[in-house]
Amino acid sequence: MDEMKEAVLEYVIDEYVDEDDDEEVGVDTPLISSGIVDSFSMVSLKVFLEKKYQISLPDSEATPEAFDTVNSICDLVNKHLG
Amino acid sequence: MSNIGSYEQRLQGFDWAYAREVLGWSEGELQNIGHMCSDRICARGHADKTALIWEGFGDAKASYTFDDLRVLSNGFAKMLQDRGVAPGDRVCLFMDKVPALYVSFLGVLKMGGIAQPLFSAFGDDSLEVRLASAETKAILTTQKHVKKVRKILDKLPALEHIVVVEGNPAKLKEGEVFFDMAENRVDDFDCFASGPETPSVLHYTSGTTGQPKGAQHVHDSVWGQALTAHWVLDLQDDDVYWCTADPGWVTGTSYGIIGPWVLGVTQCVLDSGFTSARWYRFVQDNKVTVWYSAPTAIRSLMRDGDDLVKQHDLSSLRHLASVGEPLNAEAVVWSEQVFGKPFLDTFWQTETGAMMITNYPGLKVKPGSMGKPFPGITAAVLDLKTNVPVGEPGTVGLIAFRPGWPSMFREYRNQHDVYRSKFVGAADDATPDQLRTDPGLWYVSGDRASVDADGYYWFVGRDDDVINTGGHLVGPFEIESALIEHEAIAEAAVVGKPDEVNMEVVKAFVTLHKGFEFDDMLELDVMNFIRKSLSPLAMPQEIEVMDKLPKTRSGKILRRYLRAIEWGEEAGDLSTLEDD
Repeated sequence: MDEMKEAVLEYVIDEYVDEDDDEEVGVDTPLISSGIVDSFSMVSLKVFLEKKYQISLPDSEATPEAFDTVNSICDLVNKHLG
Repeated sequence: MSNIGSYEQRLQGFDWAYAREVLGWSEGELQNIGHMCSDRICARGHADKTALIWEGFGDAKASYTFDDLRVLSNGFAKMLQDRGVAPGDRVCLFMDKVPALYVSFLGVLKMGGIAQPLFSAFGDDSLEVRLASAETKAILTTQKHVKKVRKILDKLPALEHIVVVEGNPAKLKEGEVFFDMAENRVDDFDCFASGPETPSVLHYTSGTTGQPKGAQHVHDSVWGQALTAHWVLDLQDDDVYWCTADPGWVTGTSYGIIGPWVLGVTQCVLDSGFTSARWYRFVQDNKVTVWYSAPTAIRSLMRDGDDLVKQHDLSSLRHLASVGEPLNAEAVVWSEQVFGKPFLDTFWQTETGAMMITNYPGLKVKPGSMGKPFPGITAAVLDLKTNVPVGEPGTVGLIAFRPGWPSMFREYRNQHDVYRSKFVGAADDATPDQLRTDPGLWYVSGDRASVDADGYYWFVGRDDDVINTGGHLVGPFEIESALIEHEAIAEAAVVGKPDEVNMEVVKAFVTLHKGFEFDDMLELDVMNFIRKSLSPLAMPQEIEVMDKLPKTRSGKILRRYLRAIEWGEEAGDLSTLEDD
């Protein structure tokens, strides 16, 4: 797993998944559509990404679909890093 | 043909007794909402009719008939009774939109308990405040959410029963019990003999000052909920109805449980995160005919474009309605273009228990308007200074109603003075019963509007500091109190700031304790702190650090000033502002 995926996954697990949750969260686990991260909480995830990677994610691209997995989140971040 | 036919004709000689006619009600029948939504529907020959179609994340699906509702809710009622929960005790329902939530709601009412549904995204602080205020005796929850209860248990002496209704029984802690509703079907249960004024549902709502208040409803609310569901939502026997609201909020109980089921209508529930594609697929797969949603969701659908709509067969939809916040004209026009019918805006609130000012099938829609008062509701816009109904069309004032409609809340739990303060002209010693029946008083809603020459109401905004974010009211005091619990924050003021999708979102102004530097990571830490302790709704989406907060000379923080800056409005009289 690359460094970015590892960092984002770690943040998601730390902030959104409780210690004694049964579910295993990986880079392909749906986050928004499964309810692990709700649409309001997406904002704090977006802020984390913008601050950590020094980018600006336009609201039009910060959609629930784009934030649905760690993989899709990293695709979005990479697009703006490029 | 719509149920209401002509709105104008329904106004003539209106009587709430018509709701009884709609339900085929006979005097002497048991007026218990739990019974009326299940046993009574079965007794009228609809035991095998589908009551609930449920879908969860992934491919999870389930379906329940009205007879399933009957025996499964009996199971909950018996379990609570066997455990010593008595009529009048508050029973909290704290879970996602799983089938057990809907069924247990009926079960609590059947045994005479007061159902206290709470939004499952609440953090432990929000949960504690509401459970402590209600002196809740039992809580029904799931393995996913029980850990929040464990964190606050020692602060809740009244809470005697923790019942986990979904998850792994092996994960339970001491003092918790597991209850599998599927294994506890009970054919016969002697429902509590409630009457019109027996307490039924307790919903908490936020205000400008103090902690959230518990709005107490009674079983008589059913007439208001039934008739508005019949006339405004136009629910008919063969409908498949979808209310997208969570029963943790009043829409989710009044129209996500009581309204459809007391009419014997099939409803469906989607317990999955929001994406436009998922919602459209849900409508398509279940052939939804009547859809009751919220402006925030509608604007999100709108943002995702028309192409997505065209990729789905949504031809089953015949009637759309909206609630929670004002529905902007653009969204009304858009929905008419893409769905072939407009979302009709409905206005009401936790305290009113049912719709008050709405649009109706067959009545001309003025996009952006709230519509007209429901028959039987006497509404007015009161002058902001004199509290007298305004005469001139277009004049902005306070939305007010003459008390006495059936679904009106009967009290704020343990806050009689606050309840009385909602009635203009109330005597200092007026009792709750006097307040709710005095036709000379006005109940003031806390919202501002104007009325045009045709009698249509137009929403203007809140009359207080409460923030309406995504259709949910959030109290600034509760967030400010939580913010100063964070080690870095000395003082806090919270206001709503404009947002394209959610209408408003929370913005916090803070001062920091010495030794703390505000940076990106601290901002994120504060946001997550609030999200976890209160709820994602309460989480500030922006935090601004100030050297000092604007205050009056007496030391009161001037939220009004901060809000005006955010909205680009005049701040008004600042003569009381503390000098620099």
